[in-house]
Amino acid sequence: MSRSASCLALAAAASILALCSMPASAAWEPVRPVEFIVPAGTGGGADQMARTIQGIVTKHSLMKQPLVVINKSGGAGGEGFLDVKSANNNPHKIIITLSNLFTTPLATGIPFNWKDMTPVAMLALDEFVLWVNADKPYKTVKDYIDAVKAAPPGSMKMGGTGSKQEDQIITVAMEKAIGSKFTYIPYKGGGEVAVQLVGQHVDSTVNNPIEAVAQWRGGKVRPLCVFDSKPMGYDEPVADGKAWKDIPTCKSQGLDIEYVMLRGIFMGPKATKDQIEYYVELFKKVRATPEWQDLMKSGAFNTTFLTGSDYSSWVGTEEKRHETLMKEAGFLAGN
Amino acid sequence: MEELVNLFHGFAVALQPFNIAVMVLGIVLGVIIGVLPGLGGANGVAILLPLTFSMPPTSAIIMLSCIYWGALFGGAITSILFNIPGEPWSVATTFDGYPMAQQGKAAESLTAAFTSSFVGALFAVIMITLVAPLVAGFALRFGPAEKFAVYFLAFCSFVGLSKEPPFKTIAAMMIGFALAAVGLDSITGQLRLTFGSTELLNGFDFLIAVIGLFGLGEIFLTMEEGLNFRGGKAKIDLRVVLRTWKSLPQYWMTSLRSCVIGCWMGVTPAGATPASFMSYGIAKRMSKNGKNFGKGEIEGVIAPETAAHAAGTAALLPMLSLGVPGSPTAAVLLGGLLIWGLQPGPMLFVEQKEFVWGLIASMYLGNLVGLIIVLTCVPIFAAILRVPFSIIAPLILVLCAIGAYSVHNSTFDVVMMLVFGVIGYALKKCNYPLAPLVLAIVLGDKAEEAFRQSLLGSQGSLGIFFSNTLVSTIMILGLIALFWSLISNGLARLRNRTAAASV
Repeated sequence: MSRSASCLALAAAASILALCSMPASAAWEPVRPVEFIVPAGTGGGADQMARTIQGIVTKHSLMKQPLVVINKSGGAGGEGFLDVKSANNNPHKIIITLSNLFTTPLATGIPFNWKDMTPVAMLALDEFVLWVNADKPYKTVKDYIDAVKAAPPGSMKMGGTGSKQEDQIITVAMEKAIGSKFTYIPYKGGGEVAVQLVGQHVDSTVNNPIEAVAQWRGGKVRPLCVFDSKPMGYDEPVADGKAWKDIPTCKSQGLDIEYVMLRGIFMGPKATKDQIEYYVELFKKVRATPEWQDLMKSGAFNTTFLTGSDYSSWVGTEEKRHETLMKEAGFLAGN
Repeated sequence: MEELVNLFHGFAVALQPFNIAVMVLGIVLGVIIGVLPGLGGANGVAILLPLTFSMPPTSAIIMLSCIYWGALFGGAITSILFNIPGEPWSVATTFDGYPMAQQGKAAESLTAAFTSSFVGALFAVIMITLVAPLVAGFALRFGPAEKFAVYFLAFCSFVGLSKEPPFKTIAAMMIGFALAAVGLDSITGQLRLTFGSTELLNGFDFLIAVIGLFGLGEIFLTMEEGLNFRGGKAKIDLRVVLRTWKSLPQYWMTSLRSCVIGCWMGVTPAGATPASFMSYGIAKRMSKNGKNFGKGEIEGVIAPETAAHAAGTAALLPMLSLGVPGSPTAAVLLGGLLIWGLQPGPMLFVEQKEFVWGLIASMYLGNLVGLIIVLTCVPIFAAILRVPFSIIAPLILVLCAIGAYSVHNSTFDVVMMLVFGVIGYALKKCNYPLAPLVLAIVLGDKAEEAFRQSLLGSQGSLGIFFSNTLVSTIMILGLIALFWSLISNGLARLRNRTAAASV
């Protein structure tokens, strides 16, 4: 009893001392280069975002130390997550996440959970859109659903990025809603998926806007609906007079599915409040730059920004949701 | 004609002094990146990408693509001098380039490699200039089945390449396939053969394997053979470039064939690696010096280098017009385009004329500038071989270790590199060919993925590989390549037997 009390007292004294010895204004700041881990390959959506942030930080001199992007894509990103998990109290390592934050540990069983890291900030949410080839007669979600229902189960092909990840989760949800089966074909990257749709090697995709926008503008693909609760907020015309805003929600078209993907920042498990605060402020500055706003516009991102407990509870809810979705789809490790 | 007008406008953009400076800087950085094993073009471009954010987009893409050219040139240097291919498509260059260096013909080999690279790239750029819209559409016809057919063709044209017994070749290839299977299975999303180890999540990277098998294996062998580098005695001056150039025109047929193979592979987008192997394999069959391939034949350097560069250049076409990168480096360049707000795709050629034609013009100029820079440095590169082995070997070891580390920033990879070095040494001692093993590591998982994607789409029917003219043609070409070696072997044996009987 007395020993632990004295320990407490010592700790308190030490922290008071530490507080006193620090100049009042000097919050934490990186003292060496910060590693920015991307748990995905070069050229993908998360990689593009990380490298844009790196460019913005460099161009506007937002950090005194360099920010270095490192891809750790092994095991569907598991390599990157385990790296940050083992970083412990190294505050010079941050990671940008996508939905594989939930799907990778669930599908592969690697020893990792998002709680092994410290949430910093949600930067944006990436939308998913149902796309079909522009030469096909499907003008609305209903046209397409009718065609899927009419075709023998499994004969319609859905192309997507990765296996047992976000694209396939949406596909399974669609199968459930429609009451028929797709053949899901996994590809390495979103750009490749979009081109497979243009070449009519698959019948539909659920590409993110940024992955398919070029083909839309080229008149090769047609968006049917967006898997969000409300239409996207960008009303500038993109292709043949239509804007992102004109794409209806899937729910309003009778396909009751909502799915958005996290683009957020985490850091090592033992980060202090000062350190988190530093990065939150940094990303607030990044978000204020015109380059960031251009990126948001070109990818039709949902620009929700969350930090602290709002962010953690959002991630917690999403984790539960993914667990349910993946369990229903039979995607959990060991199945 | 409109294209030519656009192109000359592009030259005007590329020839601005700032852009020329950027070009030279890019080439030099690229060569350095190419020379360091492990760094590679894709990583190099990714690391240097942020440097370009403050430049105008056209200058930035000129710089990045020049880094790409530079890395392509640089990859040949270590392949020829030290038997360490810095990039997958340089593996085939080592087959004859390294023996040439050992025979004291490093300078000739380097000159041939650089010149062929230039020819290949030039051919591809001319193709891009003239027929861009036509060719871009062709890439769209490539679904998984067509892609698998191309890999199949690459493997088939490789069979019977090596001097070693076919069973040893097949054994080596199978080890390669097994290594390629480690890591995440991209079709089911399950981990394979990792045995719960987190280090194995990533699988075995080509670069780690190749640095160990080729680089370290070679050093171990040299150590055993008495610690001296063979062939540093040749006279080295710039005239060697001219001498080699005099001998090159006689191989025009090999060059032309390699250019066509390269462009085709680059556009499809199967990439530069199958192109280089296929081109080497076909050149070996067609050339009258075919028997000398692998022993230091200059044609064996020309064929893979020409094809690799034609493919590397042609790969930029589907990237610009469709938004599909034909190579990992092209994927990073693509990311760069998006960051500058340029949307690759069908509209890029219409909306961003100045950018597209500036880039194409910079391909012409960047390659020319690159050729001049690397050729003037040939004597310097070749002179490296004069440094005593006891000094250069530790340096190579350190560079290899840094290279292996930089692939994934992991010390485990450095250990793996050492293990591969020992394996490489043992395999060489037992006369197992290393190239099929490497080919299988590089293309094994891609071929598997395409195969399984096709079968998913066809609901398990193998008929998909003969379902249309395009895929059937490629598959049949592959089968011919596969059995042709057997047939020609059989014919040769028959001929020998009748010859023996008549004597």
